[in-house]
Amino acid sequence: MSEAVANPNPQADAILQAAQRLRRELSGDLHEQVVETIYADAARIADRAVTRPGVKVQPTFDRALDRILTSRIWGFPIMFALFALMFWLTIAGANLPSGWIANLLVDKLWPVLREGMNAIGSPWWLTGFLVDGVYLATAWVISVMLPPMAIFFPMFTLLEDFGYLPRVAFNLDRLFKKSGAHGKQAMTTMMGFGCNAAGVVSTRIIDSPRERLIAIITNNFALCNGRWPTQILVASLFLGSLVPVRLAGLISAGAVVGVALLGVFFTFAVSWGLSRTVLKGEVSSFSLELPPYRPPRFWQTLYTSLIDRTLFVLWRAVVFAAPAGAVIWLSANLKIGDLSLAQYLINGMNPVGLLLGLNGVILLAYIVAIPANEIIVPTILMLTVLVTGSAEMGQGAGVMFELDSAASTKALLQAGGWTVLTAVNLMLFSLLHNPCSTTIYTIYKETGSVKWTTLATLLPLVLGFLVTFLVATVWRLFS
Amino acid sequence: MSKVAASTSTPVTAPNETCANCNVYRAANLKKLGVSLTQTDFVVALAGNPNTGKSTVFNALTGLRQHTGNWPGKTVARAEGAFEYDAKRYKIVDLPGTYSLLSTSLDEEIARDFILFGQPDVTVIVADASRLERNLNLVLQVLEITDRAVLCLNLMDEAKRHGLAVDERQLARDLGVPVIPAAARSGQGLPELLQAIADVATGKAVCRPYRLANEPPALKNAINELVAKLKTAHPDLPNARWVALRLLGGDERMAEALRQGELGRLERPASVAAEAVLAK
Repeated sequence: MSEAVANPNPQADAILQAAQRLRRELSGDLHEQVVETIYADAARIADRAVTRPGVKVQPTFDRALDRILTSRIWGFPIMFALFALMFWLTIAGANLPSGWIANLLVDKLWPVLREGMNAIGSPWWLTGFLVDGVYLATAWVISVMLPPMAIFFPMFTLLEDFGYLPRVAFNLDRLFKKSGAHGKQAMTTMMGFGCNAAGVVSTRIIDSPRERLIAIITNNFALCNGRWPTQILVASLFLGSLVPVRLAGLISAGAVVGVALLGVFFTFAVSWGLSRTVLKGEVSSFSLELPPYRPPRFWQTLYTSLIDRTLFVLWRAVVFAAPAGAVIWLSANLKIGDLSLAQYLINGMNPVGLLLGLNGVILLAYIVAIPANEIIVPTILMLTVLVTGSAEMGQGAGVMFELDSAASTKALLQAGGWTVLTAVNLMLFSLLHNPCSTTIYTIYKETGSVKWTTLATLLPLVLGFLVTFLVATVWRLFS
Repeated sequence: MSKVAASTSTPVTAPNETCANCNVYRAANLKKLGVSLTQTDFVVALAGNPNTGKSTVFNALTGLRQHTGNWPGKTVARAEGAFEYDAKRYKIVDLPGTYSLLSTSLDEEIARDFILFGQPDVTVIVADASRLERNLNLVLQVLEITDRAVLCLNLMDEAKRHGLAVDERQLARDLGVPVIPAAARSGQGLPELLQAIADVATGKAVCRPYRLANEPPALKNAINELVAKLKTAHPDLPNARWVALRLLGGDERMAEALRQGELGRLERPASVAAEAVLAK
């Protein structure tokens, strides 16, 4: 017994020692020898099984398409054009259905619910908490988010099913390599455009721990689902309106693509910085397989992208929006002296916010929305109603108002002191701030390290402060 | 009440032999169980190169809707589902797609650990028929680890489109495992695949998998010496050759498994081992 404790597994140790001795005796690279053996056998067996009967082959379609889509000259322009087209279709197509849903949920259903609650004798604070807080926040999120997602995700999934995404990765590969990161990071970045938590998990395909960490830390620069609606809404309200109507959609779409590209730029820049400072090392090579193009299965893609992505993301947003609505309503109605709790916080953060070309409302909204970026816009609007005290627009403290017309939304925000600078910086800050709590937790699970999780959380936030501050300063100098 | 339960648990007997071999009949015997993973009789692993359609096969068998996408590296974690076929319940595990089992990236480790330590009753290797040679590299590695495997030769439609003909009988003879040509996206070959899985799981079909034999002589001698030692320590180790190869290569994970007696547990009945790995 005591011997077993001293040497728990003598038999195993003997085998391991033998293995070590044999390894020393072998000449040449063992791994290479094994791989060569496997390859030789695989080639021999495949050769016996595969024949090419004289059929005239038609790989020309795939080849020809690849030659264009991954060409040095046309690869990037086509990529931008495709994504810009998708955003434009999303922006142009989502307006109308958004109005319908808002009309139904807010204009029609909300008063009914209020009256219903009053009829059964509910006290004002319970009606306020449930109907004005929880219900309205949820209704808002649905009407703002459902239409764009229902348009954008199916298009994205169709492209994915067709086989375009690996071509994007192929185009970006050279740039990733130059920035000292792994070429496969192109894939994980693409994944991040859907959801950063999913993107972080997908970095498992990168074998070098150094390059995997770079991919994890920079994944947040890929604009995720939850942030697209903010970008799209702010761009169409404030930037689209700077130009004639017929160009508005184009300009808004261009602005959103611009922010997404800026995110890609930051991915490269930060990867480059990390690989030259805290994460130094060699770039490992890999082979990227370009799968054949496949005709997308249209109906199935439509179904799965609606169920898996659209409803999944929407559900997540609703789950977080309901409690956030409650919190906002409470903070707007809990008074300390003359002012509500929310107002105290907003006043406290306003100086910093204004310095960054934002305001206290936006900063508070980003704190409330740490669990889910999806609820940024509704939160901002609710808080703006609170500070502007525009009772005729809102329905009282912490209550979201009717948002059927874009004009009234814009009017409200302008009453809250918003300018084009606020809009631009909000778009930038939406790109550059801490990841949502789900992503932070995923990063912790994947890295197992508090240090790297903290870096991944704070780095984008610091960058966000720097960039918005710079933009605000330059803006004020020239205007 | 009990009568009903009894009648569902016994297999539907085929009216005659022709029926028993008919696709319509066989497919009708499949019951997709989604994620209800309780009381399964067998564990099936799905391995293969990236982007060969593992998740498509997985979805077709379980009725689940794992997101599938036309790009390599989509599945990085294990997905699990279940189906019932011929009154037996199968748990099926969708492994990350890998080109090899020899390196150290996390996705390859997940796949390798499950095939080795999880000891699935059947490992279905999904291969791209239009890129057979490269896919065989992984197939041969899997066959070194397990001797209960089925090769699903997927994307046969694409191979055809590229003007390739694959002789699955020749391949089955060479590899020593059942080879099922399929086009999973359109459901072709799935009934045959189910039958092959069932045959291997129940022991009706016995595999004699191809084992690598053309290593340089020095390497071969070293492997043989180590295999002999391993066999004395663990007489029933099913894949001593492969373990020896990894130990020679200085694989720390394998050395650890040997020290901790994890390899010894590979001698246990398969399903128990799979449960243990899945529970982790």
